[in-house]
Amino acid sequence: MSSGLYSTRKANIDTTLDLTRLKPYGDTMNDGKVQLSFTLPVPDSEVAVEAAKQLAQKMGLEEPMVAHHAPLDKNFTFFVVYGSLCHTIDYTHIHVDSVDVNVMTMDETDQFIQENFGRKIKVIGASTGTDAHTVGIDAIMNMKGYAGHYGLERYKMIEALNLGSQVTNEDFIRKAVEFDADVLLVSQTVTQKNVHVQNLTELVELLEAERLRNRFLLLIGGPRINHELAKELGCDAGFGPGKYADDVASFFCEELAARKQQNN
Amino acid sequence: MAKLRLDWEKVSQAREAARQIAEETHNYTQQFTTTTVERSICRLLGIDGVDALGVPLPNVVVEHLASRQLLGYGASFWLGQACLSLGKEPQEVAEAIARVELDLSQTETIDPFEIRLWAEKKAKEAVAKIHHNRIIREEKLREFGDKTGPLIYVIVATGNIYEDIIQAKAAAKQGAEIIAVIRTTGQSLLDYVPFGATTEGFGGTMATQENFRLMRAALDEVGDEMGRYIRLCNYCSGLCMPEIAVMGAFERLDVMLNDALYGILFRDINMQRTLIDQSFSRMVNAAAGIIINTGEDNYLTTADAYEEAHTVLASQLINEQFALKAGMPEEQMGLGHAFEMNPELKNAFLYEFAQAQMARQIFPKAPLKYMPPTKFKTGDIFKGHVQDALFNMVTVISHQRIHLLGMLTEAIHTPFMADRALAIANARYIATSMADFGDDIEFREGGIMEQRANEVLDLALDLLQSIRRDGLFRTIEEGRFAGIKRPFEGGKGLAGVVLKEDQYLNPFVELLMEESRLGSERFHQQQVQFKQGGIDE
Repeated sequence: MSSGLYSTRKANIDTTLDLTRLKPYGDTMNDGKVQLSFTLPVPDSEVAVEAAKQLAQKMGLEEPMVAHHAPLDKNFTFFVVYGSLCHTIDYTHIHVDSVDVNVMTMDETDQFIQENFGRKIKVIGASTGTDAHTVGIDAIMNMKGYAGHYGLERYKMIEALNLGSQVTNEDFIRKAVEFDADVLLVSQTVTQKNVHVQNLTELVELLEAERLRNRFLLLIGGPRINHELAKELGCDAGFGPGKYADDVASFFCEELAARKQQNN
Repeated sequence: MAKLRLDWEKVSQAREAARQIAEETHNYTQQFTTTTVERSICRLLGIDGVDALGVPLPNVVVEHLASRQLLGYGASFWLGQACLSLGKEPQEVAEAIARVELDLSQTETIDPFEIRLWAEKKAKEAVAKIHHNRIIREEKLREFGDKTGPLIYVIVATGNIYEDIIQAKAAAKQGAEIIAVIRTTGQSLLDYVPFGATTEGFGGTMATQENFRLMRAALDEVGDEMGRYIRLCNYCSGLCMPEIAVMGAFERLDVMLNDALYGILFRDINMQRTLIDQSFSRMVNAAAGIIINTGEDNYLTTADAYEEAHTVLASQLINEQFALKAGMPEEQMGLGHAFEMNPELKNAFLYEFAQAQMARQIFPKAPLKYMPPTKFKTGDIFKGHVQDALFNMVTVISHQRIHLLGMLTEAIHTPFMADRALAIANARYIATSMADFGDDIEFREGGIMEQRANEVLDLALDLLQSIRRDGLFRTIEEGRFAGIKRPFEGGKGLAGVVLKEDQYLNPFVELLMEESRLGSERFHQQQVQFKQGGIDE
């Protein structure tokens, strides 16, 4: 056990950071150290431990070490595995499609709206489909906001209407038209079996069928949402974890202003 | 146990205000029945199964009566008349209605007194079935003993009942004492209960009687193997509260979520509808010896847990009174609350502890349901595990009963088998390591915690007094719970509310109340025996 267990250093690692060959960092540049945990549906045994090691090797982990294994039931075993990743990534050639916006404070946003539109921006939001979770839409819209970022209801120049959860796509569109919304916000928390993808696809199709798609900005958010997925689904932007009301408001203000300019 | 010095005069005033609120609401709702209350009576009378189109027979019967404006007399009245005149059982009558061979408004008229006698006899048979299940539970608890500290509660949520069973059995072996099968998202808004075993669901599994039966059998099997009684939990709340309560009574569930306020606020169910439904569903839960769980914890996932803590206490006190109205003894009132304060808040642990301790003292006999942090879980599983550890400490120190374990992967996915195992290991470690901590400390007089608890109590009293003044319905209309406004005539399910006729018949109310009373007496005897015989862990 004592031989080298605590030494993460490989004898001949080149410890210079090379962004064209990026790999994980444990305590030494380019050591490639990764931790992972998983369950295998077999009894806890030496064979199971070996299976876990071999799987780790197939994932590209050199010198995999099973730090912990324990039975979860007769035929299930839990593993914690460490190893050194052999794969690298060329960081200098990564392209990410992300919401590119200059994030404004609440006051700046209110001022921006006043100057560019001279009226309140109307935003309607809901957690649509069968999704019963309001935590996402509430974090963005409710007065209080989340983690110190005030929600849209608190913005003086935004009129926010939060429909809550389990709103059907049909109802959502009907209410959006009634409310004469500028921006639609859709939150999707339950994403089991990709139900969010089906639901959002349906929403976009319904909007297109009713020739309403271009009338609104359509923004989506949730733990499994990112901008690329949003674009793929035909939405205008997607906001994943760690995005707050100010990110969303800044985006739609700039976008609406840009569209207004195009139309003039 | 260490005690906070609370202002008990204010506690009694708050309790009295809650009593009057419940009384006034109850007097209003008692004038009505609903489609699901009548369907639950059909189920109690033995009607089950679906018609050729897959519509549950209780729905077939109740829609048949509602379309003829007959529901205000109660389903048992018309079923009794048909059964007596045709010499048939309720199930046969329901099947005949489904085949459009029978019209309940056209059957021979029978003396209402005869119908009442028939209904009482049938009702006694149904209550005997519920009683039988209670006795099985009591015998198992007597044989295996019952744990004294917090009961470890974990969820399964695969969508497939057979996969749920694999997960549930593993969890039971790891140390779980209550298994809750999360319902598929959206089921609370179905105005019928699906039928049969199901393998498809989103974020959970359909609550069906067959799914209940399958899970009950699996938990009995693993429990018998280990010499422990594993409790099963499911959800009444929604548009079918009393029907699901009946299914739970028939399949020996042990814990059921039951909270009208939750349905009103978070599922936009009409307030009149669901408060009527709640009343009968709690009677059924009470008679079946099922612990109800109320949903106060949910307020704190939308509103701020520090600022709105008093709404939790106010709602607990109202829920206690509604439960008493349904004949439910305190030992079945799993009033809810949660550990949901912002972890960045200075002294948040003290405030959480104060709230939990206060609830424990104000409801000393209730098996309080304590919910873990969810709102401030970020996906950082390592921090999440620590948040859960703090929550577990408060649970153990303040002697909560139903300990709903937090998952380190909250905010990422429904729990993996390993997530549950890690959560159980965390909870057990703390339960062992801090077992008697709560009995070995004292709270500083006038300290942060004592002040905080009394502050929350003051605010709860103010809120309850304002609700008493304005009525519960108006309070909800104005958004004074969780900041959510719901109109009196809005929301889903109002069409299912029916004014009772003078001759309205529901033969179950008194029998269920009596069963609850006798069950509670046995419970207290058993508690005494446990103490004398040392059956406890």
